[in-house]
Amino acid sequence: MAGKITEVLQGAAALVKGMGITFGEMMQPAITEEYPDAPPNFQERYRGVHVLQRDENGLEKCVGCFLCAAACPSDCIYIEAAENTDKLRISGGERYAKVYNIDYNRCIFCGYCVEACPTDAITHGHGFEIASYNTSTLIYRKEQMLTQIPEGAKFPLKAAPLNPGGSGH
Amino acid sequence: MDFMILSLIKLGLVLFIFMTALAYIQWIERKVIAHVQLRVGPKRVGPHGLLQPLADVIKLITKEGMVPSHVHPVFYYLAPFVAVFFALIPISFIPFGQANVKIPFTDITTNMELTDLNIGLLLILGLSGMGVYGIALAGWASNNKYSLIGGLRSSAQMISYELPMALALVSPLLMLNTVSLRELVNGQEGFYFNVIPRWTIFLMPAPQIFSFIIFMIAGFAETNRVPFDLPEAENELVAGFHVEYASMKFAAFFMAEYANMVTVCSVATLLFLGGWHPIVVPGIGNWIPALVHIGGGAICLYHGLVQPARKWDNITLPVFGVAFIGAGLLFAIPIVQELLAPVFWFTAKLLILLFVFIWVRATLPRFRYDQLMRFAWLFMFPLALVNLLITGLLVAATTN
Repeated sequence: MAGKITEVLQGAAALVKGMGITFGEMMQPAITEEYPDAPPNFQERYRGVHVLQRDENGLEKCVGCFLCAAACPSDCIYIEAAENTDKLRISGGERYAKVYNIDYNRCIFCGYCVEACPTDAITHGHGFEIASYNTSTLIYRKEQMLTQIPEGAKFPLKAAPLNPGGSGH
Repeated sequence: MDFMILSLIKLGLVLFIFMTALAYIQWIERKVIAHVQLRVGPKRVGPHGLLQPLADVIKLITKEGMVPSHVHPVFYYLAPFVAVFFALIPISFIPFGQANVKIPFTDITTNMELTDLNIGLLLILGLSGMGVYGIALAGWASNNKYSLIGGLRSSAQMISYELPMALALVSPLLMLNTVSLRELVNGQEGFYFNVIPRWTIFLMPAPQIFSFIIFMIAGFAETNRVPFDLPEAENELVAGFHVEYASMKFAAFFMAEYANMVTVCSVATLLFLGGWHPIVVPGIGNWIPALVHIGGGAICLYHGLVQPARKWDNITLPVFGVAFIGAGLLFAIPIVQELLAPVFWFTAKLLILLFVFIWVRATLPRFRYDQLMRFAWLFMFPLALVNLLITGLLVAATTN
């Protein structure tokens, strides 16, 4: 009999504890993200639309080595490389990417290209609103992915056009 | 003639408020459960999702009412009517305010209820017992194994829990010596030492706390709510007795469930929590409705103006806040106070009990079927009997 009463009391105590937890949770602010009304909060590691980086002088980091294209499992990176000359210097290395296209119809955002890149030129940004009714607009050109030239960068050849060959298609 | 017109007006008013309340209880339930789970709940239809019930109703009405070919048509159509009929009747004789209230600016006096029945409580017990027919019939007429199991479980469960429920109700009847709901509440008027209200759960010689708890637990089972929602156990029976129902036929079962919840909570309020009697002595008690509303308005204003958590909060919440403060000021007018303070107290107690229903749903998992039956017959039933015995002895010892 005593054991039965203890059991009942323990059950009631457990019930009260559980109810207390749910009530406490109810008073916490909701963690729902109000996405269309407010920008979503991404983790730093989120793999979104790629961003092509520049160095501190404003030169492109990409040296046209094709390692990202080789690493890409869905074969969505298309690169045409060209030599840097004294007149036209685009990247810090010997060569640069004249054409750099990523086909977002195919890209699976696996991040292998970012891992493969020896100069940390290609990175994942946090862009994700790339849905489109026209698949041809999903092929992103280099100009769409390059970052801004950093403030106060001493660009070596100011007179030269920044992206002379980057027509993309 | 006056009586007829007055009754029709009251009927229309009660029906409108009750139906709206049923829809919004569901909104409250979704909001509360969402916040327990750290979500925000419905919020896109109207400010804070306040038009969501309307959208749901429109959706359910306009939906195609498909009837599967294998059902038994007569009983299939009859079942939702039975369920909703027996769920809605009890509201017509639940008193929610004082008797002989004089309506301001006229010389008409009326009771704050639709009908005054001297056997109100017995009728409620009978009707809640009949409610099982709707569910059992739906399960059987659907001609589907899940529905049938759901319907049968429901019958067994309701019959089992009817017993402790009725026994728990007998104890307050013993103490107050009547079955009329109005007289039951009148018997709970007053205060001990001007502090403790003489509600049945505090009433000497035998405070009915245990029978209140038993009644509430049995009430959960009677209304098929979590943790006793075996008839519609989603993960084993798809949706139980209403698998084959769609559109308004489904909505009828839904409405019946919420109406049953309101009935059970009303009976608990009337029998155990002193109905419309205030929780503190009337001198202060009459001002509490005003203070509660103004306090609610102040919270709305604070969250709207000082820290708006979401977009539009800085517009919608101040509007609600001003509306609440307006209602609070209304309660400060003596005529309104006299008229509506009892209704406020009744509604407040009812809403707190309804919140407990929702809160429990957000907390507890479902019972297994054998646990459900064991709990009813080996725990609730003996406990209710012992409680009744002790109450009877104490009442017999203190009255001559």
